[in-house]
Formats: sequence, C-alpha cells, structure tokens
Amino acid sequence: MHPFTRRESSRRTFLKTGVVAGTALVVGFRFRPEALAASSPVLNAFVRIAPDDTVTVVAKHLEMGQGVHTGLATVLADELDADWSRVRVVDAPADASRYANLAWGAAQGTGGSGSIANSWMQLRKAGATARAMLVAAAAEKWGVPASSLSVDQGVVSHPATGRRARFGELAEAAARQPVPKDVALKDPKDWKLIGKETPRVDSIAKTDGSARFTMDVYLPDMLTAVVARPPRFGATLQSVDPSAALKVPGVTNVVEVPAGVAVLGKGFWAARQGRAALRVEWDESKAERRGTHELLAEFTALAGKPGPSARRDGDPAAGLAGATKTLEATYEFPYLAHAPMEPLDCVVKLEAGRCEVWAGSQMQTLDQALVAQTLGLPPEKVELHTLLAGGSFGRRATPNADVAAEAASIAKAIGGRQPVKLVWTREDDIRGGRYRPMFVHRLRAGLDAQGRIAAWEHRIVGQSFLKGTPFAGLIKDGIDRTSIEGAVNLPYAIPSLGVELHSPDVGVPTLWWRSVGHTHTAFSTETFLDELAAAAGRDPFELRRELLKDHPRHRGVLELAASKASWGTPLAAGRARGIAVHESFRSFVAQVAEISLGEDGMPRVERVVCAVDCGVAVNPDVVRAQMEGAIGFGLGAALWSEITLDEGRVVQSNFHDYRTLRIDEMPKVEVHIVPSAEPPTGVGEPGVPPIAPAVANALFKLTGKPVHRLPFARALEAGGRA
Amino acid sequence: MAILHVNGKPRDVDVPSDTPLLWVLRDELRLTGTKYGCGVAQCGACTVLVGGQAARSCVLPVSAVGDNEVTTVEGVGGEVSQVVQGAWRRLDVVQCGYCQSGQIMSAIALLSENANPTDADIDGAMTGNLCRCATYVRIRAAVHAAAKDLRRS
Repeated sequence: MHPFTRRESSRRTFLKTGVVAGTALVVGFRFRPEALAASSPVLNAFVRIAPDDTVTVVAKHLEMGQGVHTGLATVLADELDADWSRVRVVDAPADASRYANLAWGAAQGTGGSGSIANSWMQLRKAGATARAMLVAAAAEKWGVPASSLSVDQGVVSHPATGRRARFGELAEAAARQPVPKDVALKDPKDWKLIGKETPRVDSIAKTDGSARFTMDVYLPDMLTAVVARPPRFGATLQSVDPSAALKVPGVTNVVEVPAGVAVLGKGFWAARQGRAALRVEWDESKAERRGTHELLAEFTALAGKPGPSARRDGDPAAGLAGATKTLEATYEFPYLAHAPMEPLDCVVKLEAGRCEVWAGSQMQTLDQALVAQTLGLPPEKVELHTLLAGGSFGRRATPNADVAAEAASIAKAIGGRQPVKLVWTREDDIRGGRYRPMFVHRLRAGLDAQGRIAAWEHRIVGQSFLKGTPFAGLIKDGIDRTSIEGAVNLPYAIPSLGVELHSPDVGVPTLWWRSVGHTHTAFSTETFLDELAAAAGRDPFELRRELLKDHPRHRGVLELAASKASWGTPLAAGRARGIAVHESFRSFVAQVAEISLGEDGMPRVERVVCAVDCGVAVNPDVVRAQMEGAIGFGLGAALWSEITLDEGRVVQSNFHDYRTLRIDEMPKVEVHIVPSAEPPTGVGEPGVPPIAPAVANALFKLTGKPVHRLPFARALEAGGRA
Repeated sequence: MAILHVNGKPRDVDVPSDTPLLWVLRDELRLTGTKYGCGVAQCGACTVLVGGQAARSCVLPVSAVGDNEVTTVEGVGGEVSQVVQGAWRRLDVVQCGYCQSGQIMSAIALLSENANPTDADIDGAMTGNLCRCATYVRIRAAVHAAAKDLRRS
C-alpha cells in the first residue's frame, strides 16, 4: 500500500507493533456515505462532486495549521483535473476502515509529519479513478471511446466534435460507472496543481471569523465544564465541598470525575467562577513531589553511568582513550508545554446508547475507542466529528485520549442530560502536563592527531512517554526511539560512535512535541559538532560537508543554505552566523541563523536562511509557511520556554511566565526548496530542530561561549553554566 | 440586564456585571470569531474594537463597556478592514487560524490610526497578539501590504 520505507518510529509505525491493532479498535466501523453525500454523488471515499460542480475532497487528516487540507486537496484535484476554484474540503468521519493513516497501519490519525507522504499515492489514485469514471460517463453519454476524451479544469471534452460536459453534469452517471482497478497516474510534467502555489482552502474562513473550531461548537442546552485538577501530578481527590460553587450564578452541577471535580455551568464564565469557589482536598500521598532541581541532579548522575546501548559503531571507549584531544559537555533541556492557541476542548453529546463527539482530534481512532470505553459503548456508537484545531504541536494526540475521555466522563456523570463542552483554561493547559520531557545529555568526543573526530559517545537521559501506553510495544530492548531519534541516526562519518539511553520514571505526564526527539537531539549534536570544529580549527560548514560525503540530501540542503546565506563572507561588527542541518521525518533541513547580541545578552536573531528537501513540494508556499512557522516556534522555545517544578508543583501558569515568541522577536526568514522528484515527505515538524542549534552556534561564534542549556534565557541567567 | 452595542446593533444581555465581554460575545451572542486564548490579556486572541480602539475582551468586564460600540471580526467593514483581510488572504497568512481574528483586529486598529506603519510601529501594535504557529513573517508583510493598498486607494 505504502511505497516508501520508514526509518523512524515516532508516531507513524505504532500500529505495526500490533499493540493497538490487537484491541480491535477499528473493527466494525462502517463508512456511512449518506452522512457525507447529501446531494453530491460519491465517486469514492475521498471525493464527491455536486451538480453545481463543487468538488468536495474528504480529508482524513486533521487540519491544525499545517496546511494539510490544502495539500491533500491539491494531490487529488491534480489527478482529477479539477478546477481548483471549485474545490472544497471536509473532514472525514472517524472511520479507520476508509481513512486510516497508511503509515500507522489500521488507525486514523495525524502525526509524524506523515499526512502527505502516506496519502500521496492513495489520493493520486483516488483522483485518477474519479477522473476515469467521469470520462467513462461522458464516453457512454456521447457514444465515443474514452480514449478520445480529454479533461481540463473540471470539464470533460471531446475535441473531435467539440462536445463538452462539466463535472457536475457527469457526476451522477460517473458514480454508477464500474470502479477501474488500475488507473494511470500523471507524469509529473503534466501536473497542474502539484508544485504550484494554489491558495490555502481555509484562508477566507480563518480571516472573517467563520472558521469553526471545537471551542465554537454550541449545541442547544449545552453546558460548559471546567475541571479542578490536583496541584501535583499523581494526586487524587480526597474530598470536595461544592456548596460555594453551587451558589455561583449559572453553575448547574458539580460532579466527581476521574480527572478531578468538574464544575458545569451555563457558559464558561459561570463554570470558571464556580471552580474558583470550589473547596477541594487532595490526597497527595502518591503524588510526584520532586522539583526540577532534584530531577536535574538525578538525571545528571544517571548521565555519568552506562545505559542500554542504542547504537555502537567501532569502539567509542577506545577511541576516546586514544584521542589527542577530548571534549565533553552536559546538556540540559526543560519540560515544554505545547500551548496551542486554542486551549484543549471537546464537546460531547450523550444519548441513549450513542454519543456524538466534536474535537480537533489528532487520533480519531483512539479518541473514539476511549470515549466508547468511558461510556461503556461499542466504538461504532461514538460518532466523532473532527473539526479544525487551533494548533496542536502534538498535544491533541494523546495515548489515553485525555481530553475526549474527560469530556465523556463529565457527560456521563450528569447522566447525559445535557451536552457538555469541556474547556481547559490556559492555566489548566500550562499546568496540566503532557510536556516534552526534560532531558539531560552527556556528549564526549575525541579528536585524533589530524584533528579528525575519531570517537563520539552520546548518553541521553529522559522519560519515555511511550511507556505504559498502548504504544509501549515500540520500545525495543529498553530503547524508546522517540528519545534518541536524531542522535541514534547521526549521519556524520565518525568511526567510533555510541549512543546510550536511560529512561527514568517520573510522575510528570509527557508527550511528543513538534519534532519529538529531534527537539533535543539536534541541539546537542549540532552544537557539539561546532565545538569540535572550533577545537580542530575547522569551519563548521566545511567540516559538515566533509562528514556528510555519503549523505547527498543532507549535503544538498547544507550547501544550499550556506550559499544563499553567503556563508563565509564578512558580516557587520557584532554579527555572526551559525549553521545546523538535521533530518527528521524523512525531510532534510539546514538553517543559517544570523544574529546580533541584545542588550540583555540574549541573541537577537536577525535573519534565518532555510533550505529544505522534502521530496516533491506539493505546495511550495505551504512548505515555506511551515518552515517560517517552525523557525518561530522553535526559536521561541529555545529563547524563553520552560516548565519547571517546585516540589512537584508546576511553577508557570500562563503566557506571562511560559513565554513564547512574539512578533518583535521574529527574524526575517528566507526559505529555499531543493527541487526533487522524490516522493513528498513531511514539512510540519522538520523545520523545528535546526533553529535552536543554528542560533546557539552563532552565539558561540560571537561570544566564544557554547550554550549547553535551554532555554537561552536560563542559560544566560546561569552565567558560567551556559 | 444591559444593552450592548455590538456590530451596529443594540443587544440585550442578562449576565453578571463582572462577566468579561469575551464570554458575552461568545456564550450569549454566539459571535465566535473572537477567541479565548489566555483569559489574562496576554495573547490577544480576544481582541475586539471598543469605541474604535483595540481592546482585550477577556479582561474587560461587560459593565465597563457602557455605550461604546463593540466591533468584532464578524462586524468589520469599510476600507481598512477590506485591505487588511484582503492582504491576509493574498499572502496566505493563516495557519491554524485561531489567533487570526485577534491579529486582524489589532492590524485594523493600527492602520486606522497610522496608514504608513514602520516595522517598529507594527511591533508596537502587534506584540500583544501571540501566534503559536508563528505566522509573524507574513503578518508583518500583510500589514505592510494592506498599508500600501490603503495609501493607494
């Protein structure tokens, strides 16, 4: 089905392990074309065409900003030869039998920057098949051979006679045609939309206020719920006094649920005020009470001890022992919240024997199954409507469907009497866990007498977020690959190389965060390489080129970025450039950051030149937008963001102390796309990993001080520890 | 019971007087283009115009609105909003889109006062509007493009 090989695990291969597939999450769901069809003939699961010529593409992937609705529609519409101005996109129903992520096996979901990659052949075939059926319908109508017809811009024509028919006129007859088994796909030279800059399909709705997110769902009699959760992870409810909360105008119910105590009201404000009035006692006997300092000390101690080996080339210990010069560095990475602009939310309407759910769901199959489990319903009785998500960055893909299951538990607790919209406040989001895990890395490397890197030893310490979840089957021999991806496949030609991992247990819930393990591995490997280059008296770009001689796609982006950034040419006083290159999710990205120093000692990023090789760029403008956004997202985290714990309590609470990038800190960004005929790969995440090391490398160049700790704000505050 | 003037119409609302304008717009009037993002005036997703000035509706008690005209993204009209929305679409600024109503309202407020903003003016007017997708490159470009359209017309 899926023609590409896969080398990484993050999210895309979890079902291959069978751990989820074995739970029969997806069996028995039936596609209900009537839910989609209305008056539009359905040509296949991915496209229907209305009499007014509207082409509706059914998107199986969540639009969370990455432009996937536009990309999926582009792929299908090109093979269909549709008129782009008539193309619309709707979200697919939750139905893994039709809409599974082909890279995940049998589950529907979005992640691992794999939407376009797994849909590429599927949607090209769907478009080409629908086109063939439209052609067959026209051929039948006109009594001419199908081969004598041509299609362009939503019109089938018979050049010999000048007869023409619009898709809308043919759709009904086309839907009755036999479905061809094999259809020819276009030669890339004939693409009319792929590779072109078609406008996003969601721009208008997202600029006039009409785009509908989960937060915007209002059902008759619906109540809004907020939940009081314990102040420490792992604590449980001891007792609750609802009396004051119930006196707040508009508060209707206070109910105990597994997550804590839900306060429901007529609208958000009533529920929030009610929660503020609630008196709750928590049982913290099993809670996580360690703070950031304690965890850091424990992780750092572990980094000094050998751990399970994830990769071993040559003999790193001997290489280090025999080195002329050795370097060592310990890196510290904080917990990070995703903080999508749309706070976490979910709407549930419970009725006798069935339930409807509205959510910006990143893993429909799991959300559906876990809502069903919460309610004691078969999964097919849970109708899940996927809506636009106001950002996610991984947060809306949780192994335990935390938000959806919580909403279902509240609806159940009030006996399904009224529909419920669960809203996490921003404070709930920042303090609610599921963070990018905290990590400590220790890197040691040795240079030989010629200044070549002879040995490299990388030890990584951090929580596994797969452990204890349905994805645990991905952990092999004690190695959770999501903790070491990017380090374990380091592309540089180094004869002796070892990578080890410790995965200590901490009672803080963690999760994948845009670009997952690469968020930290790219930083430590790419900055440490610059320290080695400096120690060897080598230019960081030239050293990378040399060490990447067997990796043409890495080298391609590296050279393109360096060239476009005029690497090696003089800069104004007080400025410096740093470079980094990293592969993630089968795409290759290099970035050159040009920085100056702010008065506060923080780097001021003036300009970023980015080169990306993502195979065929389905929509180059969306690719550029994803690189721009990833650079801003990654830069904000690198400069400012951290979640810290004080005796187990999260210190930060909202955007004033969980700081992210603002417009005045956004550099100029230039994106260059490597022309490629390779199948398309992801662009949602791969722009993130290189930015932090590129900036750190520029800072190292400018100040002579390497950065070993993120965020920069913390590293600089710590002075000598940076 | 109070009367609010929203998007050119008087609207009766019956809510506690400390209710933030945001939740009146959303939960009572179903004007859902104005978004909740932080509740503490740190993200700008809830930005509306009150008496023509950009205001964070999440911290503005409905009792403080008085007779001032409230304009939400659903109610914008006129030349400035047309050029702003047009530039946003032409440049495909949006990604997830959740913050963009607030971004657009801040841009309209800026360009209504200053038809030729510098980068520093844009920073000054727009730093209160967070975008976690970091569409800032295009927001800046779109404000400049809208300003250019405004000056041309």
